[in-house]
Amino acid sequence: MYFTQHFWELLFQGIRLGSLYALIAIGYTMVYGVLQLINFAHSEVFMSGALGGVFMLTALAGTNGNIPSGFSAFEYTALALIAGAVVSAAVAFSLERVAYRPLRKRHAPKLVYLITAIGASIFLYNLAGKLFGRNNLQVPESFHSGPVFVLPGSGPSGPRTVKTLDVLIIATAFVMMIVLDLVINRTKLGSGIRAVAQDAETAQLMGVDVGKVISRTFIIGGLLAGVGGVLYAMFHAVSYTMGFIPGIKAFTAAVLGGIGNVRGAMLGGLLLGIVESFSQGIIPNGLEWVDVVSFVVLVVVLLIRPTGILGERTGRAA
Amino acid sequence: MSTTSISELSAQVRRLRKQDAWWKNPMLGRLAIILALVLVLSILTNQVQGSSSDYTLLFKSSWFSSRGAQYVIGGVLIWIIAEAWRIQGLRRIAGQTISVAGRRTALIVPRSFTRQYSRLAGFFRWLIPNRWFRRVLVLAVVAVAIFLPYLGLFTLPYFQSVLAGQVGVYVLAALGLNVVVGWAGLLDLGYIAFFAIGAYTTAILSGKLPVGADGNPEAHPPIHLNLFFAFPIAVVLTMTAGLILGAPTLRLRGDYLAIVTLGFHEIVLQLAKNNPHNLTNGPLGATGISTFRFNLFGVHYDWNPTDSKPYWFLAIGLILIVVFAFRRLEHSKVGRTWTAIREDEVAAAASGVPTVKYKLMAFMIGASTSGFAGVLATAKITAITPDNFPLQLSIFVLAYVIFGGMGSLTGVIVGASLMTFLPFFLQGPPSWFNSGKPVVDPKDIPMWVGAVLLTMMIFRPQGLIPSKRRAQELAQAEHGVGDADAMTEPAEGVAP
Repeated sequence: MYFTQHFWELLFQGIRLGSLYALIAIGYTMVYGVLQLINFAHSEVFMSGALGGVFMLTALAGTNGNIPSGFSAFEYTALALIAGAVVSAAVAFSLERVAYRPLRKRHAPKLVYLITAIGASIFLYNLAGKLFGRNNLQVPESFHSGPVFVLPGSGPSGPRTVKTLDVLIIATAFVMMIVLDLVINRTKLGSGIRAVAQDAETAQLMGVDVGKVISRTFIIGGLLAGVGGVLYAMFHAVSYTMGFIPGIKAFTAAVLGGIGNVRGAMLGGLLLGIVESFSQGIIPNGLEWVDVVSFVVLVVVLLIRPTGILGERTGRAA
Repeated sequence: MSTTSISELSAQVRRLRKQDAWWKNPMLGRLAIILALVLVLSILTNQVQGSSSDYTLLFKSSWFSSRGAQYVIGGVLIWIIAEAWRIQGLRRIAGQTISVAGRRTALIVPRSFTRQYSRLAGFFRWLIPNRWFRRVLVLAVVAVAIFLPYLGLFTLPYFQSVLAGQVGVYVLAALGLNVVVGWAGLLDLGYIAFFAIGAYTTAILSGKLPVGADGNPEAHPPIHLNLFFAFPIAVVLTMTAGLILGAPTLRLRGDYLAIVTLGFHEIVLQLAKNNPHNLTNGPLGATGISTFRFNLFGVHYDWNPTDSKPYWFLAIGLILIVVFAFRRLEHSKVGRTWTAIREDEVAAAASGVPTVKYKLMAFMIGASTSGFAGVLATAKITAITPDNFPLQLSIFVLAYVIFGGMGSLTGVIVGASLMTFLPFFLQGPPSWFNSGKPVVDPKDIPMWVGAVLLTMMIFRPQGLIPSKRRAQELAQAEHGVGDADAMTEPAEGVAP
């Protein structure tokens, strides 16, 4: 049977995809925690990070097809990741400043928030389409992705080898998540974020600058989404509409893990990636139905356990 | 104890607050905002489209060019005028204070002017809420709408087609979404999915789908109905779809509905594209869908897709029926229940209102109206593919409702007509004006729609022609009194 034959390969693919979903889902879940807002524009934050990384790579490596090696390969990759993270964080920050802060100052109702997020999302990705063309962008390779080790089981064309790119994606994602977990649980900023998510008004009385915390929450979400975007760009098509599907799936992952719960988002992302990957192996013509499967997963999770696997942690900002 | 002079202390305070920093001057801050706006506008209004091979193209052509210079100069001029006006205003206020102290009248208005003005204003204050005046006004507007295809611009077939295929259809759809967003306070982002269900139902009932398994067009099923019968069938189908989707999700926190409906739209699109059992014919869709026929009481009339006028008349008729029904609904028990749920769900539930049931009702009514509009649209365009129902379209219809003023039937009709008509007006038929070039590139329309949504929500969430009640709710919610939506946790708790 296809599924049992390819179990390890599918699992590995699921983890690779899932770790990216987790990176994006963290942004959703943190913003939902402090503002109780589904930040639809987060998918555009992700997209802008991917674009930033691609532009950086193009500026460094050019489009002549030469693959850098040695230290420059490492350097280019790192710079692309940083560029993506910075661009995404900048977009997320200005989004909060321009779109959400006026609403927050007015205590706007939730419907207004959501529609603003939708408007920002559609505006941003169409603006990106106008600025950088509506075709897929060329992504120069920043390093030679050679085989690292071989997975057990056999793939469609011989055994599946794990390549440098795969290792890079998973390692970066996991390092980012561990660092974030430390930041959330060990630092002053992290306790500020947790306090605002729990009860914004009381946090304000205790001397937490709620505006600043919300702003920084957006920046952290943007940083992670940007790194996720650059990693995604390395094995996937990059265009102005690339954000939508990963964005909505990352939100599914956040709900799956328990919205507002950062560890839940990590777990949910990994789980969703694995579910998707397995469904490709189990369902005939699985690739066509992947999106449908993940939405069905969302609805089923909402039905059975609306608070997610690890439980939700939300409040409402002042 | 050390002694500090007051001047030293104040200097210290000033240093701490950085009040003496020249860049903290609010005037310069306003200049920066205006310049940023102008630079963004310079990109947005630029006809040039960026390219994926030269990322800096658009920046070069809209900033580092005469165009950019014009925009910056314009922005600086606006800033200077605005600041001068502001300073003038401040001076006048200061002058008034002094003159009051000197017991001099600050502003003299001729009494005759005030009297005339107040008489005119009084007339309008009497006229506008007058019931008979309103009835005459509505009749006049309907009459103008019916004869629109014979007036000026609209005698062009291009604009007639826009009227019938866009304005009529989307006004109808927006009226339905208004029930969901405006009245029940729920956010439905997959509204066009129901539209697509209506459209595919139409294609199936007119015998063009499912296509035979071997691609043989003769293998069509023998169903071939007059499309007027597609209306009730599509309504029933979309209502069922709305029930299936809404029943589980409406028990949850309201904002989950938004994402689930968005996912539902994507699922419907995937189903249409993946062509299960050859039901939808995949990306090719259906062509040659038949259209409306009237054959009753000895009167026989066939609608003809090449002439848009009859479709417009039909659309107006349907809109009138829907508006009449919805007006009745708005002030009925159901409508008042929606208001109660919107304003305070907990209080409504405590008063014995089954909130989930009423929210579901709104959702189903919205869905069925969308299916209704889908039938009308399909009969007009006679060919559908999954690409006719992109996700953006759902958000567009939401934008029409928001722009016009959610909760207000007049507002929604005006908003939807304006926002569907304007893009086609600005594109124009070939050689319309602007020497055949579109004023706004059609590819930029979604961007403008997003910008409209964003600015409306930030500056005028109640919309162009707001419903009084809705505007008040939004204002009250901002002061922490009640809600303006059904977005919080349902009072009845989570699913059992």
